[in-house]
Amino acid sequence: MRKVMTGNYASAWGARLSRAEVIAAYPITPQTSIVEKLADWVSTGEMKANFIPVESEHSAMAACIAAQAAGARTYTATSSHGLTLMHEVLMWASGARLPIVMTNVSRAMAPPWSVWVDHMDSVAQRDTGWMEFFCQSNQEVLDTIIMAYKVCESKGVMLPAMVIEDAFILSHTSEPVDLPDPAIVDDFLPSYAPELKLEVGKPMGFGSLVRPDQYMEFRYKAMLGMKDAHDRFLRVEQEFKQVFGREHGGLLERYRCDDAEFVLVAAGSVAATAKDAVDALRAKGFPVGLARIRSFRPFPHEEFKALGAKVAGLGVLDRSYTFGAAGAMYTEVKASVYSSSKRPVMKNYIAGLGGRDITPKILERIFEDLMLVTKRPEGNEVEWVEVAGLPRRWR
Amino acid sequence: MTKGYEELPITPVSDTPSTVNLTGNWRVIRPVVDKEKCKRCTICWKFCPDGAIILVDGVPEVDLKFCKGCGICAFECPAKCIVMVKEGLE
Amino acid sequence: MIEVRFHGRGGQGVVIASEVLAEAAFRMGFEVASFPFFGVERRGAPVTAFARFDTKPIRNKSSIYEPDYIVVLDNSLLKGVDILEGLKPEGKVLINYPEDRPLVGLPDRFRYFVIDATGIAVKHGIGSRTTPIVNTAIMGGFAKVCDAVSIDAVQAGIREHAPVKEEENAAAAREAYERTKEVKA
Repeated sequence: MRKVMTGNYASAWGARLSRAEVIAAYPITPQTSIVEKLADWVSTGEMKANFIPVESEHSAMAACIAAQAAGARTYTATSSHGLTLMHEVLMWASGARLPIVMTNVSRAMAPPWSVWVDHMDSVAQRDTGWMEFFCQSNQEVLDTIIMAYKVCESKGVMLPAMVIEDAFILSHTSEPVDLPDPAIVDDFLPSYAPELKLEVGKPMGFGSLVRPDQYMEFRYKAMLGMKDAHDRFLRVEQEFKQVFGREHGGLLERYRCDDAEFVLVAAGSVAATAKDAVDALRAKGFPVGLARIRSFRPFPHEEFKALGAKVAGLGVLDRSYTFGAAGAMYTEVKASVYSSSKRPVMKNYIAGLGGRDITPKILERIFEDLMLVTKRPEGNEVEWVEVAGLPRRWR
Repeated sequence: MTKGYEELPITPVSDTPSTVNLTGNWRVIRPVVDKEKCKRCTICWKFCPDGAIILVDGVPEVDLKFCKGCGICAFECPAKCIVMVKEGLE
Repeated sequence: MIEVRFHGRGGQGVVIASEVLAEAAFRMGFEVASFPFFGVERRGAPVTAFARFDTKPIRNKSSIYEPDYIVVLDNSLLKGVDILEGLKPEGKVLINYPEDRPLVGLPDRFRYFVIDATGIAVKHGIGSRTTPIVNTAIMGGFAKVCDAVSIDAVQAGIREHAPVKEEENAAAAREAYERTKEVKA
């Protein structure tokens, strides 16, 4: 049944349809309406779950870890400084191999204080061992939460995942969303049944001290879990497509890339807008395409290696800045492309920070710039889009 | 004995309680109680950080399997009936 | 694709007006998107909201810069805010304004429509006398101004979103639909 709803309500429905049993969360703009909706449903009994109002995001994740370790399917949601406050316990959740699913409403970090979208908070968690799925529509938010539980809880994976909505652009924007039939979701997603869990009748210690002679083996196993997640995600999505009739493009969604000479890579809602720019430029005969990083973790390494070999120019739009040699997503794409049989010229565009709107016109300018990159290989490798005071015009 | 990664559980788990760890081995000084002077106030029992003091008829008995010799019981005893002696002496 | 921008003050139901439009257009079979101007406003401060509807799925997630329609819930904004910014040359403007008073100070290159949404809201007992809620009435007026959206669909959207007094709100929209008229600037 199709209903018009915000991305936040789509998240709440994702958690509800997935039958999350324990929800521990702390409010933060612009995530608040997710937890308000869930609390409302739990209080009326429409949703059977334990709702734990905690005193901080750090506690929210700690509570989820404990509940998940005891065998419950858990859910939480946060944003920006809430997510970064959780950082050390995010590391615990993945090392403890607990398949928690969380919505992160991706929002810029302060100072400067901002409530608007960028990906800094999400990208800063790329080392934590969590899967990261960037969504471009409210439908994808709902669907990905359901799929994430299935991927996370599979025996070979057992890692947590964050499903990412762009602040305000998805969280507070109302779009039509198809709500799947709960009975069909139950069939698709069975209850959580871990092999190891906290049990009163069988006491065990979890997360025990491991000496240097054995630590690496546990990390190696976690790496295998993330590696398994790559193929598992593709299989789960194919199954989702068979059951519900739709999918969202795998780990790297490719739009008109097959015969493209120049491809722009982006994540989140800007990738959706970029498809309009692709169509406008294609109508004028330009061979462009858009590749959307849907899964940042696991990273679509093989997909980029293959794509890199087929295009002349590959641009990456980073909606964050991580003070490295270049943007975070650019650096990882470039690393994959380094092992391509043929390497394209690459360029990084830092854009849309702190909620700066990225319009179809700006995206067309970015594509136009990208199409010149093979002719100007000595130009800037990293370009900041729309910084007042810099001479370049983008709007 | 280092295990291969496939032999390990998904995350480190331990089904042995910490009581297998006989921390009495760490001790270099040991508490000795003068049971005549003991007032049965139970303060040593409360303060022992390892739970290595048990009360028998109200009088402390030190569990030497776990006592680490920290000396807190001797420090806190109001009757000053506990002295710390070097291990090895009798 | 049709793009609409709404102007009002915090607390007047501007965001709900945009959601009513999205719901109405959705029920008519359009693909829709609606969103507020994302800020940290308080009651009384100028608020802007937006809606898009189209026959194809909407992929553009950026803001609306060149609306086809502008809806003004509070005419005191005509003095302080440039409510016409970006309006397309053939664009239409609907203003909550007394029907018998002339519109002044607006450029005559656009088409203007007025409805006394405040009076209608008071008449149907929506909100209080001092703070009537005009959003449902003005949406009835929108159905008159925009051929693509019917009054029946708007009333369905209102019933979906009105927290109380569904029938009074729907009736206010119907009355506004009947009385909304085009005027010269």
